[in-house]
Amino acid sequence: MTASIATAAASVVPCWSCKGPVAARALFCSVCGAVQGPGTIDHFSRLGLQPTFDIDLDLLEKQYFGFQRRLHPDRFAAKSAKERALSQSQATALNEAYETLKDPLKRAAYVLDLKGHKVDLTACGTINDPQLLMEQMEKREAIADADSVETITKLSAEADTEVIACQCHISAAINAGELDEAVHLTIRLKYLAKLAEEARTKKTRMTRALR
Amino acid sequence: MSDDGLVLLQLHEPGETPVPHQDEAGLAVGIDLGTTNSVVAFSFDTEVEVLKDENGKALIPSVVHYKDDGSVVVGREAREAILESPDHVVSSIKRLMGRGLEDVKSLAGTLPYEVEVPPEGGMVRLRVAGRTLTPVAISAHILMAIKDRAEQSMLGKAVTRAVITVPAYFDDAARTATKDAARLADIEVLRLVNEPTAAALAYGLDNSVEGLYAVYDLGGGTFDISILKMEKGVFQVKATGGDAVLGGDDIDHAVAEHFLAQRQAGAAITAGEVKQALMTARVAKECLTGRQSGEWMIELDGIASRHSLTRDELEKLAAPFVDRTIDICRGVVEDAGIDVSDIQGVVLVGGSTRMPLVRKRVAEFFGLEPLSNINPDEVVAVGAALQAEALTRGSDTLLLDVTPLSLGIETMGGIVEKVIPRNTPIPVAMAQEFTTYQDGQTAMAIHVLQVEREMVDQCRSLARFVLRGIPPMAAGAARIRVTFQVDADGLLSVTAREQTTGHEARIEVKPSYGLSDDEITSMLKDSFTHASEDAFRRALREAQVEAQRLVEAVQSALKEDAHLLSMLEHAHVESCLTKLQSVLLGDDRRAIDAAMDALSKGTAEFAARRMNQSVQRALAGKKVEEI
Ligand SMILES: [Zn+2]
Repeated sequence: MTASIATAAASVVPCWSCKGPVAARALFCSVCGAVQGPGTIDHFSRLGLQPTFDIDLDLLEKQYFGFQRRLHPDRFAAKSAKERALSQSQATALNEAYETLKDPLKRAAYVLDLKGHKVDLTACGTINDPQLLMEQMEKREAIADADSVETITKLSAEADTEVIACQCHISAAINAGELDEAVHLTIRLKYLAKLAEEARTKKTRMTRALR
Repeated sequence: MSDDGLVLLQLHEPGETPVPHQDEAGLAVGIDLGTTNSVVAFSFDTEVEVLKDENGKALIPSVVHYKDDGSVVVGREAREAILESPDHVVSSIKRLMGRGLEDVKSLAGTLPYEVEVPPEGGMVRLRVAGRTLTPVAISAHILMAIKDRAEQSMLGKAVTRAVITVPAYFDDAARTATKDAARLADIEVLRLVNEPTAAALAYGLDNSVEGLYAVYDLGGGTFDISILKMEKGVFQVKATGGDAVLGGDDIDHAVAEHFLAQRQAGAAITAGEVKQALMTARVAKECLTGRQSGEWMIELDGIASRHSLTRDELEKLAAPFVDRTIDICRGVVEDAGIDVSDIQGVVLVGGSTRMPLVRKRVAEFFGLEPLSNINPDEVVAVGAALQAEALTRGSDTLLLDVTPLSLGIETMGGIVEKVIPRNTPIPVAMAQEFTTYQDGQTAMAIHVLQVEREMVDQCRSLARFVLRGIPPMAAGAARIRVTFQVDADGLLSVTAREQTTGHEARIEVKPSYGLSDDEITSMLKDSFTHASEDAFRRALREAQVEAQRLVEAVQSALKEDAHLLSMLEHAHVESCLTKLQSVLLGDDRRAIDAAMDALSKGTAEFAARRMNQSVQRALAGKKVEEI
């Protein structure tokens, strides 16, 4: 009995404005209409999406715009200081969710994190995996040595393909429940994405120099 | 008050309650506070009117004349005084907004006035007509003139609120300075909006465009390029870049130098000659938009000199600056993660985009004929006015902007750690953890930077502060979480706290180039008498909004749950409500606060019962499900 009271009580919280009950995840109070705080929910729930790595990017954007339309500080410019502050927190949380889910690398790490597998993307520099290290060094050299637009264009296209292939592998690993493998692949994706960017930058520079 | 004014103010979104005393809150306009010229516009039902002077001119030259009799003149008249009394007239002050000593050094020689930096550092000051003025105060004078213009155009109705545009590439210090200037001019800033975003809003709503667009904005003193995704009322900035000190002025200076070299006047070039050469350069540049060549005369100190210039020569002088803008465009297209060919249209903004050379280069780079069907001088103010209306009367459009510059912290060994990368959507909050590097360390210096490169000395310092009261621990044991927060105006605040011990040392910082609150207060007292009640009035208004919110909240709760109260209790709540409503529109802030307090206390038990009722209902629901 006490447990169910606790559950029932946890699903409603007092509205800061009218002090009455409001559902814990509600954006607005159903009685007085005041905007509520962002709370601590996962990025997928915040944007009303299924928690999966394979998200529909168009839907992500649509949901993001939809929530921002209601919660952005521009909607609250004439409201009280408290409402302005809450809308800023809401919009900040939406931006964080959108930025995390939009990027395949951050999304992969986030999905794995939700499943209890931490991927440290900020740990820079050292690659623990000797095979990955070797491969990266070779490719980086190839990009550095590329001396014609054809070569760099080819390398850049290859790097892009590898990024996409790696994303597919991550998706498959997550769906198959092979989470350790998915963590490994996510770290790989980080380096592949970096390489692809280097190749693209060099390609742009070399193409420009030609003109 | 005119009937027209009343009609304007009574309309509001259906179902939305107007803010109390909205008529006293005054009208909201859009202001493009430009380097060379400023423009003010007003929007009603998304019909925008650019407000003009009695001669039908929309552009207000951003020039201030400080006369010997102490009076201040802004605009056309001030610009005409440049020649007679160059040392009494200030122009292009926007270039110095939020600037410190380092920035002034890099501008050396391009500023036609004497600049001094206070020994304690901070914002530069100008010596004008025997006075020492901050760029903030000078901008405030321009804003006051704009406000006057707007009020005259609006039949004397008070204009107290505005959306003010700033270059997207304006940093935190320059944005803060702009907001401070508005405060001195007694204008409440509803929002600082980036100039290219405002222009996109004006274009998007007018032409119902969709897709990826670039906004190329070359003003007198600043250059911005933004890439936006536009669709059904959403304006999402994908990437932005620019140069806060690159603009048409640079081209004028190049031409003026060319003229002065030709003139070969006395050994020392006088301030008067520089100003006259600059004016002639500006005229020549404008003439050569429509012609291939021309001849101009500079006559001063009894020396007259003739100067001819062809468009080819002008373009040769201007090319380095235009090339630089194209280089910046290239970087921003890359940042947006798109290909130039993905861009469906290019919008030109700013008077300097009238130059044929600029149009040619932009068309070449984007492979598109640029759009300029809205006057490039007015489009930013039009967008600002639309946004001012959206913020005060409601709207479906959504502007999603980004941080123009990466923000970070100096770590050990002068290395920069990025906390917020550029082109991150705002508002944003991001945190980074740092640790102590000495045993028993109880304080930590934190240096906040605007990141241009990887090394500290190539970055701009925004603020330094010390987090004290860290409990002594072994080196590396403390966890200091530094949080950067950028609000919807693009303004940064930084907090730091030690995480492990629960002991919270916390500090909030403002950028070092800004004016302190004390300085602002004393400026308000000194020369801006009009604005001296500013703080009081704002606090009162905030209290009124808050009280109105509380009244409505209690009324909604009563509508829903009045049955939880006895007749006596209900009557008590009603009397508290009536009391608050009776003082709400007055100007006695204490009475409002007291009545709010009484209403909150008077409804505490009611709130508890409402919460309790919802728990009971939830339980009842559970039981039904369980059966
Ligand atoms: Zn409520």
